[in-house]
Amino acid sequence: MIVSFKLNGEETTARVTGPLSLLDMLRDEVGLPGSKSACEQGECGSCSIVLDGELVCSCLVLAGDVEGSEVTTVEGVAGADVLHPVQEAMHEAGAVQCGFCTPGFVVAAVDLFESNPSPTTSEIKEALAGNICRCTGYGAIIRAFEQLAGRGT
Amino acid sequence: MTTKTTTRITPAKGGVGESPLRPDGVPKLKGTFEYAQDLHADQMLWGATTRSPHPHARIVSIDVGPALAIGGVHAVLTADDVPGRATFGLEHPDQPVLASDEVRYWGEPVAIVAAEDEPTARLAAAAVRVEYEVLEPNVDGDEAERRDDTFRRMRIRRGDQEVQGEVVVDGYYEVGMQDQAPLGTEAGLAIPDGNGGVDLYATSQFVHVDQEQVVASLGLRPDQVRAHPTGIGGAFGAREDVNLHIHLCLLALYTGKPVKMVYQRSESFTGHVHRHPARMWYRHHANRDGTLIRVEARVVIDGGAYASTTAAVLANACYFSVGPYRCDSVSVDGVGVRTNNPPCGAMRGFGAVQVCFAHEAQMDKLATELGIHPLELRRMNALTTGDHMPTTGQLIETPLPTREVIDSLEAMPIMDDGPPDDVTQLPGGTGLTTEPGDVKRGVGYALGLKNLGFSEGFDDFAQARVRLTEEGAIVETAAIEVGQGLVSVLAQIARSGLGLSRAVVKHVDTSRIESAGSTSASRQTQVSGGATLEAATKLRQRILDAHGGDDLNDSGVWRGGELVVGIEELAEAGWEETVTFRHPPTYAPDEDGQGVVHADFAVAGHRAVVDVDPDLGLVKVHRVDTSQDVGRALNPESIRGQIEGGIMQGVGLAIMEELVIEGGVIKNPNFTDYLLPTILDAPDVEALLIEEDGSWGPFGAKGVGEPPTISSTAAVAAAIRDATGRPVTRVPVRPQDIAIG
Amino acid sequence: MGEGATALAGGTDLMVEVNFGHTRPENVVALRRVEELAQWEGGRIGAGVTWRRLERDGPRALAQAARTVGSPQIRNAGTLGGNVGTASPAGDGLPFLAAVDASIELASESGRRTLRWDDFFIGVKKTARRPDELISAIQLPEALPDRQEFAKIGVRNAMVIATVYCVVTRAEDGETRVALGSVAPTTIRARRAEELISSVASPGEEDLREFARLVSEEVTPITDHRSTEQYRRHSSGVLARRLLERCLR
Repeated sequence: MIVSFKLNGEETTARVTGPLSLLDMLRDEVGLPGSKSACEQGECGSCSIVLDGELVCSCLVLAGDVEGSEVTTVEGVAGADVLHPVQEAMHEAGAVQCGFCTPGFVVAAVDLFESNPSPTTSEIKEALAGNICRCTGYGAIIRAFEQLAGRGT
Repeated sequence: MTTKTTTRITPAKGGVGESPLRPDGVPKLKGTFEYAQDLHADQMLWGATTRSPHPHARIVSIDVGPALAIGGVHAVLTADDVPGRATFGLEHPDQPVLASDEVRYWGEPVAIVAAEDEPTARLAAAAVRVEYEVLEPNVDGDEAERRDDTFRRMRIRRGDQEVQGEVVVDGYYEVGMQDQAPLGTEAGLAIPDGNGGVDLYATSQFVHVDQEQVVASLGLRPDQVRAHPTGIGGAFGAREDVNLHIHLCLLALYTGKPVKMVYQRSESFTGHVHRHPARMWYRHHANRDGTLIRVEARVVIDGGAYASTTAAVLANACYFSVGPYRCDSVSVDGVGVRTNNPPCGAMRGFGAVQVCFAHEAQMDKLATELGIHPLELRRMNALTTGDHMPTTGQLIETPLPTREVIDSLEAMPIMDDGPPDDVTQLPGGTGLTTEPGDVKRGVGYALGLKNLGFSEGFDDFAQARVRLTEEGAIVETAAIEVGQGLVSVLAQIARSGLGLSRAVVKHVDTSRIESAGSTSASRQTQVSGGATLEAATKLRQRILDAHGGDDLNDSGVWRGGELVVGIEELAEAGWEETVTFRHPPTYAPDEDGQGVVHADFAVAGHRAVVDVDPDLGLVKVHRVDTSQDVGRALNPESIRGQIEGGIMQGVGLAIMEELVIEGGVIKNPNFTDYLLPTILDAPDVEALLIEEDGSWGPFGAKGVGEPPTISSTAAVAAAIRDATGRPVTRVPVRPQDIAIG
Repeated sequence: MGEGATALAGGTDLMVEVNFGHTRPENVVALRRVEELAQWEGGRIGAGVTWRRLERDGPRALAQAARTVGSPQIRNAGTLGGNVGTASPAGDGLPFLAAVDASIELASESGRRTLRWDDFFIGVKKTARRPDELISAIQLPEALPDRQEFAKIGVRNAMVIATVYCVVTRAEDGETRVALGSVAPTTIRARRAEELISSVASPGEEDLREFARLVSEEVTPITDHRSTEQYRRHSSGVLARRLLERCLR
């Protein structure tokens, strides 16, 4: 089947055969590999995207179910040559190591800061509890977003 | 011999001591950084693997017919199709590329397929019909030891074996099987070159050793296989061994097409080695005044079905079985057994983690018995420069600031603020199991010691090349960036060696540079960093000599305050320098385990503060403070990242991370049940870096990757003991161990 | 719903099966944007209401449970109807439904029917739903007990499949309900413990201890890779007692 949807603000169509996750469609059919596959079951957040205004794991969305929907991926949070403030904060704080979890954190944090521009540390943590990072121990990620929320030291 | 660093830091923006922004940060943040999972080639096929559903079985027959009959399948290969050496292995090639007569662990590869898309490849892999005669798996380490089914036995005897202390404490300890669980699973792409050779782009910590093993099993000439560094989503030891590398190259050469393979998470849990589970018996002797008199230990680690690095992990466990303490009478017996459990190998800390949990529990037990504060007992016995290693007897010549680590850790404010009001930070979190009144707080300390770089006479070297180009200096290397920040630190070293502010790291394949060794053993900053520094300083000197200059900076060569050659002209001249760096030699131990076995050491200490709900056995690690011996901090922010990340993995091992094995089968090969700490589980961390000149690393730097993981687990266990009075003789500590005992 | 078709709500269960290759459904009916299912009026909660909405607007103990479901990403997608349909012994929402004696509304071409929770859940991941039926709503009783508390035990502070789930409710007249998950093939009620404590107006230490003991006795847990039978039994009692004490405050 052909799926038509709005991807990062642009009308997009993709060919889908069989039951396929949105994540696989984005990576393999559409050619946007920024969303990462790390657990295939919604336990790591590496594939986080925004679907019709809701932050979700794209590995748990059936590709065909986005017909007519709006999808934002990590590739769509900022223009080609600029960083979103969330990305800038992570870069400055040293919150990126291997980087495999990074796109998921970026999308989840953009979603957080859009609804709550100055979250408390506790709110930051609870909002990002679905994103696993294996490298940083989260310290730099927390500092990045405390800084962005205006709570940093 | 005392190695003193004399290399001058030439001023340059972005040099050592700074924490410049990571050069790969922007692409990683924008999702454009290319990982092995993201590789693509025209006409590419997808590979998949048929794996054994049994931990032990005889293969009666393999019928590839049903798989080949599926439309879109291009190849189904078995052991018969391996043209060269039938086995591989990091230290001993004992592991079949594809099992032929027998399978020895759950998930062992039996066949590989290539098909036009991934679902078809997986379907075909499942369609390969393998008839097994199921055999009883040997999963009992004691039984394996009795039958002498072992990878290595270690025996260390040092000093008077008859001496006894006035106070003796015994203990038995266990460590469960931890997984590295890097977020990126194993992945790669092999592209045939059209002339019988192949280019491999795959997840790795050590491309040259991958290349050698591919060459052997494919029966090719070394120049026909090129292994390329590629983007890696974490490693932590899981990527030292070959897994899909030979399979990909076999499929690519057989089909004549590029072949890509990406392991799913469940497959990743069987597709790489794990941290060895360990059982340890200890007896510590001390005098009433606290002087450590004698340590006796027996260490048994389960290597699983194949050798991997079990021999080296066992040796490390034995060498570091006493910890960073002086002791002149030591007896250690170790064995690495072979079973039908999942193969185990390298993981951050490499044997030192397991014994640290045990020796630190023993030191606390001794402190209690003697009525001495745990830190005071450690300080009294602190191992330091000029002492002999308690196990090998090696004279410690590089700086070992154990006392400074203890003193600084003790001086850090404890910030004992009581259980938090924030429910997300209590044991059980938003599960609402626990209120502040249910919580007992505990504090625990631990120290850990580990070698840096390869040991026991292994020829440990790294090559690096520094070139001047129009882009600035380029450091060429095959050293793998796994996320730790090598791309920053090598560039910083080059800048400070050259005196130029523009430098980047460029990864090159195995045909274009000699080995950098593995990105493991906390070694790349020291070894590849050493090569980079030597290349940069030599190149600077050669350029100055050639132009009679007295300074080189971003403008060019200067003499007496006058610019004599511009930087553009230098870049056009194609200046380059290639250096192979070796650390001080090490030697295999004698039959008593004695000798100059290690090149360098690092020590770290951790203080954990935990909140425990004793009735439910739930633990929240509130904070972990640390002091770490780093030699010279070349990039403080990267070091902090290593410390916080390493502590988190240590906390994971202490309270939640374990592969549960039953009869050789992994019961939790997924992220629902193999629990990794989340951001809500992260403790606050305060870190002090102890800097001291004298190590042979560039500018005196030491490796920093492993020490954070070694004693953090032990510190958390000690804190849980402090809070609950439970013995905590096993990690991970499970709720039932605390609540029921 | 036609036979042979698979209903897809939030995807948080079904898509895992698809990704793992355990199932390849030919016909999928995607329910995410079926407006009727997302309707929530009074005690009738449409099957498509997400955890996210329950976390914000649900009755206390159901909101507490919703806050612990997976991650924010899962709560934005996963639904109460999906949780009911999967019928896992570890379903986050089920102890609350059991505690308040909720009913499950099923719709098919031949009409609608409603089953009480204990007629609906019949085994591990087994329900009384016929293949042609779709779960359309969850019906809560008109009046809910004033005091209601939820808790679940997991070894990390987010994203856990718990080893014990518990809901305790207590009405003004003292009627107490205790429902537990993950300690039996289906969500259960600890009826003997309920009976004991419902008749006690202000339970003292002895009553509380006996209450906890009965709860531990009434559960029938197993040992698996997540926990042991003994621990689940022990902590069921500890947790139920704590929740009761919170209800009594």
